Amino acid sequence: MQNITNFLSHFFVTGDPMIYGADASIALASIGIVVVLTYFKKWKWLWDEWLTSVDHKRIGIMYIIAALLMLFRGGVDALMMRTQLALPNMHFLNAEHYNQVFTTHGTIMIIFVAMPFIFGLMNIAVPLQIGARDVAFPFLNALSFWLFFFGAMLFNLSFVIGGSPDAGWSSYAPFAGAELNPGVGQNYYLIGVQISGIGSLATGINFLVTILKMRAPGMTLFKMPMFTWSILITSVIVIFAFPAFTVALALMTIDRLFGAHFFTIAAGGSPMLWANLFWFWGHPEVYIVLLPVFGIFSEVIATFAHKTLFGYVVMVWSMIAISFLSFITWLHHFFTMGNTAPVNAFFSISTMLIAIPTGVKIFNWLFTLNRGRIEFTTPMLWALAFIPNFTIGGVTGVMLAMAPADYQYHNSYFLVAHFHSTLIAGTVFGIFCGLHYWWPKMFGYLLNEKLGKWSFWVFMISFNICFMPMYFLGLMGMTRRMYTYPAGLGWGPINFIITIGAFGMGLGFIIMALNIVWSAIHGKKDTTGDPWDGRTLEWSTASPAPEYNFAHIPTVSTRDAFEAMKEEKREGRTKPQLPFKPIHMPNNSGIPFIMGGFMFVAGFGFVFEWFWMGIPGLLGVVACMIARSFVYNDHHHIPADEIERIERAAGRLS
Amino acid sequence: MAESILSLDSKDKKNMPLEYTTEEGDLRIVGFWIFLAAELVLFGTLFASYLVMQSHTAGGPTARDLFKINPVMAETIILLVSSFTCGLGTLELRRHNTKGLIAWLVVTVILGFAFIGLEANEFYSYAVHEGAPISRSAFLSGFFILLGTHGAHVSLGIVWVTSIIIQLAQRGITAVTARKAFMVGLYWHFLDVVWIFIFTAVYLTGLVI
Ligand code: HEM
Ligand SMILES: [Cu+2]
Repeated sequence: MQNITNFLSHFFVTGDPMIYGADASIALASIGIVVVLTYFKKWKWLWDEWLTSVDHKRIGIMYIIAALLMLFRGGVDALMMRTQLALPNMHFLNAEHYNQVFTTHGTIMIIFVAMPFIFGLMNIAVPLQIGARDVAFPFLNALSFWLFFFGAMLFNLSFVIGGSPDAGWSSYAPFAGAELNPGVGQNYYLIGVQISGIGSLATGINFLVTILKMRAPGMTLFKMPMFTWSILITSVIVIFAFPAFTVALALMTIDRLFGAHFFTIAAGGSPMLWANLFWFWGHPEVYIVLLPVFGIFSEVIATFAHKTLFGYVVMVWSMIAISFLSFITWLHHFFTMGNTAPVNAFFSISTMLIAIPTGVKIFNWLFTLNRGRIEFTTPMLWALAFIPNFTIGGVTGVMLAMAPADYQYHNSYFLVAHFHSTLIAGTVFGIFCGLHYWWPKMFGYLLNEKLGKWSFWVFMISFNICFMPMYFLGLMGMTRRMYTYPAGLGWGPINFIITIGAFGMGLGFIIMALNIVWSAIHGKKDTTGDPWDGRTLEWSTASPAPEYNFAHIPTVSTRDAFEAMKEEKREGRTKPQLPFKPIHMPNNSGIPFIMGGFMFVAGFGFVFEWFWMGIPGLLGVVACMIARSFVYNDHHHIPADEIERIERAAGRLS
Repeated sequence: MAESILSLDSKDKKNMPLEYTTEEGDLRIVGFWIFLAAELVLFGTLFASYLVMQSHTAGGPTARDLFKINPVMAETIILLVSSFTCGLGTLELRRHNTKGLIAWLVVTVILGFAFIGLEANEFYSYAVHEGAPISRSAFLSGFFILLGTHGAHVSLGIVWVTSIIIQLAQRGITAVTARKAFMVGLYWHFLDVVWIFIFTAVYLTGLVI
């Protein structure tokens, strides 16, 4: 009996009212979901329409829902930290707790918010933009999603079962090793992130093949929409960066579980090897979450300036240059860890070089706006706000890139302000921009503009209130990952302002959530499929797009293909309506979901070093792979008359 | 003929090998090549880690103390021959000879088992008889994980080839099974190439230095 209570009190995290609150809300939410689904008899619907779906549009929506939930979790973490720091000598979080919260905040925001949100948007938009009927490997696409999903669930479980990781999102050795960091928290980080990372690698391969091989006839590479270009380049970065991370995570897991010595201090291990491997992935990773939003802004700015994008070819080459440079800058994350001067000089210069192609892109956006007929819609506001706010993050980045100066800024609030200026003004503004822009394509109605603008202004102004003072706080000497500070240093008032800004951003997010709920009920229907007067092919089909995307695959002859089609129509040159042909589509499959579930079981087993659970879990994964290999009947045809019926119902036949 | 999910029009593919004749087969083979590029980065990272660790023996056994040339040569020859038999299988695939293809794949699997057996034996003797388990030093961690990852790939390859042998026996050579047999062949050759690097970077340099 004693043993059992002892085990349970270690298994469940105890002793903190916030965690009991989380336990209760998780239990209530789960019961609520089960009750609602059972009451409305929706289980079968959920399984048939969503959990087994291999449709890229559905998968995209699931990615975005999960990412929004994770944004909420990461945001609550941020607010807890800011509450703790609002005043000197606060006792809201203790040191240990603060460490856990910044670790889960950083990890969740990068791995479980930024990446999946972008994956969601690219799932929705890329196949439609290139005139394809799905991605190259729809089954693999579903598998990627479920690996991300179960990886995220495993990571989040640490909050209530076993304890959270606390070694920062970069999980530096030797602190993250078994000796200095016993317990399961760090295992959760390593294994949860690993599972979702495998899914990300598969997504990279999938989208690279999709874009290279499945473009509509006539769409040469240099006629692709800019968002598609950004995803092509991002996919290449994913393919080259993620395997290194997979290895790094695996080696540290093996260190912790099997007593190996890759990153330990004893027995010849090398903690610096971890720093190198982590940032060899970590720096390209920040471009994985940045280049796609460059693509989104390019689409949105061109659409709402009603002009073709300025300097298209230069834009593409800038992105290619950035992707190349992103692989040779990783060492700027540890200028201060004892490198020789020539090494620091090399990485300092390579880092500063990135500012050149990035600056080129900024000017291209400005020239696109120049003399445009600008329409200030919500997505456009996010895009316009991005330009100055992101530029501040970029300029402070160049300041940090100067190795000698970095000895001063390193690990201060100056750095915290810098990376939030790029991650929020870049990535978060970008995903909100894309969310509002493609929302009608996803659901067939628009988000409310008034609420959208409110959420934009509240969030954007609060962002500046929150992060601008941090630069000064950093120069005044406050370092990152500090859980409290004494009074009398003059940091108190600034910290208080920062906290007000942080809660303001929370308010902005709540208004956005309200907008989603309000618009689901009252939102304006998008009957044309082209609510914004768009320029690219995703706007040429109905909203929401039918399962097969395009009844006829479009033929492309220029950039801004849909704009050209509308032009032709205005000039009265319409092509005769071709007869419909049956369309060949992939079948749904439950295997990705089940395989993700086995991964979760295996991951949970390895977190607790319960090999009796971990190994059968992995065998389950292999069994799913074999089962899939024997499925031959994996396609069906949509008959021509059904296509005609769907098209007629969507009002697309005259 | 139904329109496929792919937007590309069917090109004239009459002269292509069977596995490329469907658009899906073509896509998957391209995807698989890209996957192999990712695998290359993965093994590259493991090699880099091993090379960093090679001299970090922490007073424990060194490469020279442990490695013996005979079992390593046996492993190498067996894996190279298995790559050759796998290639002969692809040749039979081109001739549309199901029986020949299956026979060569079976030989490949048997050689794969022999390789894994020898490697397991080598690991066992280091870890148990020579006092050199993974936890002894950073060098041994690097060694076991680099070779273990390769070995795990070969083991998964054995499962995969076996499943394809069964499918070939059930269905004969079709565009789909041809594609699968071709892809597993690529995978097998890839593992062979990785082994050649292991042989030089781990064993040869280890025995010499
Ligand atoms: C609501 C807005 C946000 C606020 C108020 C906020 C606040 C904070 C705070 C207070 C810290 C800890 C600083 C320290 O003590 O060292 C932090 C760390 C961090 N944040 Fe945020 N954050 C926000 C949004 C984001 C977003 C959107 C991302 C990424 C997409 C992000 C990524 C990170 C990362 C990577 C860290 C470093 C964690 C570590 O030190 O290991 N944050 N943030
Ligand atoms: Cu960096």
